[in-house]
Amino acid sequence: MPWSTWIGYSPIDATLVLIGVWLLLGVAGLIAPRNTRFVAHVIFPLGALVCLAMLVNAVIGIAAPVEARVMLLGLPDLPFHARQDALASVFLALLGGGSFGISLFAAGYFRDGPGAAPGLLGFQYHVFLASMAAVLLADDAYAFMVAWEAMALASYFLVVTQHKVPAIRRAGFLYLLIAHLGALGILLSFGVLQGGSWQFTFEAMRAASHPAPWASAAFFLALLGFGAKAGLLPLHVWLPEAHPAAPSPVSALLSGVMLKMAVYGTLRVALDLISEPLWWWGLVTLALGLATALFGVVFAAVQTDMKRLLAYSSIENLGIAFSGVGLTLMFRGFGLDALAAIALLATLYHCLNHACYKSLLFLATGSVLHATGERNLGKLGGLIRYMPWVAGLALVGTLAIAGLPPLNGFVGEWLLLQVFLFTASVPQPFIDMLVPLGAALLALITALSAYVMVKFYGVIFLGRPREPALAAARDAGWLERLGLGWFALACVLLGVLPVFVLRLLELVSVQLLDATLGDRLESWWLLSPISAERASYGPIVFLLGLAGVVVVTTLVVRHYYHAGVRRGPAWDCGFGRLDSRMQDTAEGFGQPIRRIFAPFFVITRTVPAPLDTAPVYAVQIDDPFWGWLFRPIGRTVQGIANLVARLQRGRISTYLLYSFLTLLGLLVLVL
Amino acid sequence: MIVAATNQLFELVLALLAAPLLLGWVNKCRAWLQNRSAPSIWLPYRNFHKLFHKDALLADNASLLFRTAPYIVFSSMVVAAAIIPSVGTALPSAFVADAIALVGLFATARVFIALAAMDIGTAFGTLGARREMMIGFLAEPALLMVIFTASLISSSTSLVAISDAFVSRELAIYPSLAFAAVAFLLVLLAENARIPVDNPATHLELTMIHEAMLLEYSARHLALMEWAAALKLFNYAAIGIALFVPWGIARGDVGYVELLTGAPILAVKLMIFGTGIALIETLSAKLRIFRAPEFLATAFLFAVLGMLVHLLLGS
Repeated sequence: MPWSTWIGYSPIDATLVLIGVWLLLGVAGLIAPRNTRFVAHVIFPLGALVCLAMLVNAVIGIAAPVEARVMLLGLPDLPFHARQDALASVFLALLGGGSFGISLFAAGYFRDGPGAAPGLLGFQYHVFLASMAAVLLADDAYAFMVAWEAMALASYFLVVTQHKVPAIRRAGFLYLLIAHLGALGILLSFGVLQGGSWQFTFEAMRAASHPAPWASAAFFLALLGFGAKAGLLPLHVWLPEAHPAAPSPVSALLSGVMLKMAVYGTLRVALDLISEPLWWWGLVTLALGLATALFGVVFAAVQTDMKRLLAYSSIENLGIAFSGVGLTLMFRGFGLDALAAIALLATLYHCLNHACYKSLLFLATGSVLHATGERNLGKLGGLIRYMPWVAGLALVGTLAIAGLPPLNGFVGEWLLLQVFLFTASVPQPFIDMLVPLGAALLALITALSAYVMVKFYGVIFLGRPREPALAAARDAGWLERLGLGWFALACVLLGVLPVFVLRLLELVSVQLLDATLGDRLESWWLLSPISAERASYGPIVFLLGLAGVVVVTTLVVRHYYHAGVRRGPAWDCGFGRLDSRMQDTAEGFGQPIRRIFAPFFVITRTVPAPLDTAPVYAVQIDDPFWGWLFRPIGRTVQGIANLVARLQRGRISTYLLYSFLTLLGLLVLVL
Repeated sequence: MIVAATNQLFELVLALLAAPLLLGWVNKCRAWLQNRSAPSIWLPYRNFHKLFHKDALLADNASLLFRTAPYIVFSSMVVAAAIIPSVGTALPSAFVADAIALVGLFATARVFIALAAMDIGTAFGTLGARREMMIGFLAEPALLMVIFTASLISSSTSLVAISDAFVSRELAIYPSLAFAAVAFLLVLLAENARIPVDNPATHLELTMIHEAMLLEYSARHLALMEWAAALKLFNYAAIGIALFVPWGIARGDVGYVELLTGAPILAVKLMIFGTGIALIETLSAKLRIFRAPEFLATAFLFAVLGMLVHLLLGS
C-alpha cells in the first residue's frame, strides 16, 4: 500500500489518534455544558464522524499486520502497551459501527430537561467510547484494568443520568457493585496468568507456561469477571435494572456494544493469553451460556416494561454468544481446530448481529419514549399508525432478532446449529451425546425469542392505542431516523451478504487458532462453511426468490382480479363495540410462558375476592436469584457489619481504651 | 440441467395446484369417516375462486403490515415448496436453503401471521397470535430435532441430500427414524392446526388458534392465507415423505420418465397421508390449550429419543 507508507499510516496509530479525538470532543462539550443545541448539533455529529472513521480504520486493521506500541502514558516503570490484532480490530469495528448509529441518533435525541447537563453527558459518553476502544487496544494488564475501570465508571455515570430518581440511583449502585466484583476477578486472573514472572504485559503472559490447575484458575476467574459484565448467571441481576435506567442511546451503547467487551475479554484470555484451553472449560462455558440464554428469554417474555424486556433479551443473546465461546474452547481443547474456527466465526458473527439489532431496538424504544412518555407496554399500542418510520425500521430489527431468514440473526443461528451438529464427532463418550441436545435448547431459545419479539412489536406498534394520548405521538426526527436506518441497513446487509464479513472474521481464527476455512468462503453468495454437500445457505438468492414470488403473486392477483378494497369497522365476529382494553396486554401475552415455565419465576399475585366492588388484579414476577443468592449474601454482610459495629460505642473513653490496647499490643510485638 | 429445471418448475406448479386438492381430500375423508355427506374434493378451489373475486373489506385501522402479510406468508410457503423434494431430488434451488432455513422460513410465515393478527387489535386476533406463537416455540425445537436426527444419519442438513441418501439405503426399519417419524407426525398435527391441537372446522372463537388469526381477513387476502395454509400442509406432508418414505422419489439428474412415474407415486402417498390425517382427526378429541405443551413435549421427547438411539446404536 504505497499511499499508506507515504503518509505513515498504520491502523493502530490511527486508532490511538481517534481515541484522543473522542476525548477532546468530550472535553469540548464541557465548554457550554447547558447548551443543548451546541452539544447535540456539534459534538455528537462530530463524534459520529469519528465513529465512522473508527469503523473504516478497524476494517482495514483486520487484514493489516499486527502492530504494537509502547506509549508514554502510565507509571514511570509501567508504561501502557497497545496492540491491534485481528480480534481487537473486529471488536473495534463493532464499536465504531455501533457507536456511529447511536451517536447519530443521540444527536437528535437529547433535549432540555431534568438530569445531568447535556455537556456532561456528552463528556461521559465520549469517555465511555474512548475507554472501550482502549480496552480493545490494551496489551498489558495495567492498561487493560485502567481502561476497564474507566469504562465501568463512565457507564455508571451515564446510567445515573436521571440521578434524582431513587430507583435509578439504586440500579446504578447495583451495577457499580457487580462491575467491581467482576473487575476483581479479572485482576486476579491476570495475577495468575503472569505465572511468577511478575511481568504484566500480555506478551509475557503468552510466553509464560501455565500448568493446568493454574490455567484453569485463571480461566474461571476471567469467566467470573467477564461473565459479570456480560450478565451470565448468576451475576445477571444488574442488567435488567441498569439498562432500562439509562437514557435510550446509552442503553443501546451498553447493550449493543459494551456487553461485547466481555466476549472479547474471554476470547482474549482463553485463546490468546492461555492459548491451550482445556475441553471441559468449554463444556462449562457452554452449559452456563445456554442456561443464561434460556433464563434470559423466559424472563424477557413476561416483562411489561419495554426496556426491561430488551435487557433480558440481551442476557439471552450474550448467553448464546458465550455458548459459542464454549463450543470454540471445547473444539480447541479436543484439537479440532477447523471446527473451533467455525464456532469462533459463529460467535463473532452473533456479536456483530446483536450489536445491530439490539441497538436498533433500544433506540426505537427511545423514540417511542420521547413521543409518548411511556415505557410501560400496558399503555402503548397502535404506534405503527402514528410513527410509521420508527415502526418500519423497528420491524426489521424485530424480525432480525427473532432469527428469521434472510436477516442477520438467522445467519448466526444457522452457523451455531451447524457447529452443534458436529459435536457428535468429539472424541469423548457421553459428551458427544449430551451436547447435540444443546442444539435443541438453542432451537427452543430462538423460537422463544420469536415469541418475545412478536409480543414486543405487537404490543407497542400494532393494535389499538391503549391510551387516548397516544394519538398525539409524532414520528422521530430525521437524525433519529438516520441512526435507526443505519442499523436496519446493517441487519439486512449482514443477513444477505454474510460471506464478505466471514472472510474478514476468518483472519481472527487464522491468528488465534491457526485454522482457516480454506476455500469454503470462495463463493460470495453461497454460505457453506463445511462443504457444499453438507450444508449451504444462499441468503441473497433466498431474499431475491422470496421477493420475486411476492412481486409475481401481487401482480397476478392484481391482474386477474379487479375487486377493490373497502374500509369498515373491524368485524370481530360481530361482537361490536370493540375497545382497546379487549386486546391482549403484555401480561396476557406472557401468560402461557408464566404457566409453562412456572418454576423459573417467583410470582406474587393479588387476586380480588369474588364480591369485591373495586377489584384489583396484580401480578409481580421476581427473579429467584435474589432469594437464592443475593439476599442471603446481603443479610450475611449486614450481620457481620453489625457485629463489627459493636466496637463502635460512640464514647471517647472507649476509643481511648482501644488506642491504649493497640499500643500495648504493638509494644508486646516489638519487644 | 434442463431436466432439473423442469423438475423444479413441475414440483412448484404441482405443489401450488395439488395443495388445495389435498385439503379437499382430507375434508372428504373426514366427512366419510364421520358419516356426513362429503363436500366435493374441488371445494377449496371454488372457495378460492369466489374469494378472489370479492371486494376486500379491511378494518378502518388496518395498517400496511396487515395488507402485505398475506403475500409474504403465501410466498414463504411457495419458496418452501420449491426446496422440498417431492417428485425428484434434482432441485437446482435446493442448495439455497437447507432444512434449517426451511424451518426458519416456516417461522417467518408464522411471525407475519401473528403480527397481522395483532394489527387490528381485536380480542380474538391477539389471543390467536399468542397461542400460535406458543405452539410455534414448542413445535420448532421438536421439528429441528427430527431434522438433526436425519442429518446426523446422512451427514447433511440439505433436505435433498438427506432424502437422496435415504432412497439409496436398503429397505429396513431404522429405530432412530421410527422415533423421529412419530415426533414429526405430532409436530405436523400441531403446526397445521389439526385436531388434537386446533380444529380447522371450529366455529367457536375461544377455541380457535389459526382461524382466530384470520378472522379479520376477507376476499383475496383470506384466499391467499388459506391457500398458504393448504400449501403448508402439503409442504409438511412432502417433508415427511422425503424423510421417512422417500422410495419412489426420482434420484439425481434422471430423465423425464422417472419424473413422470414419480408423480403418481407421490399422489398415492399423499392420498394415504390424507386418509391418515382424517382418521386421526376423527378418532381424537381436541385438547385443552394447556394440554398442548404436554402433547408437543411428547413430540420433543420422541425426537430426542430418536437422536439418542442413533448416537447409541449408530443406526
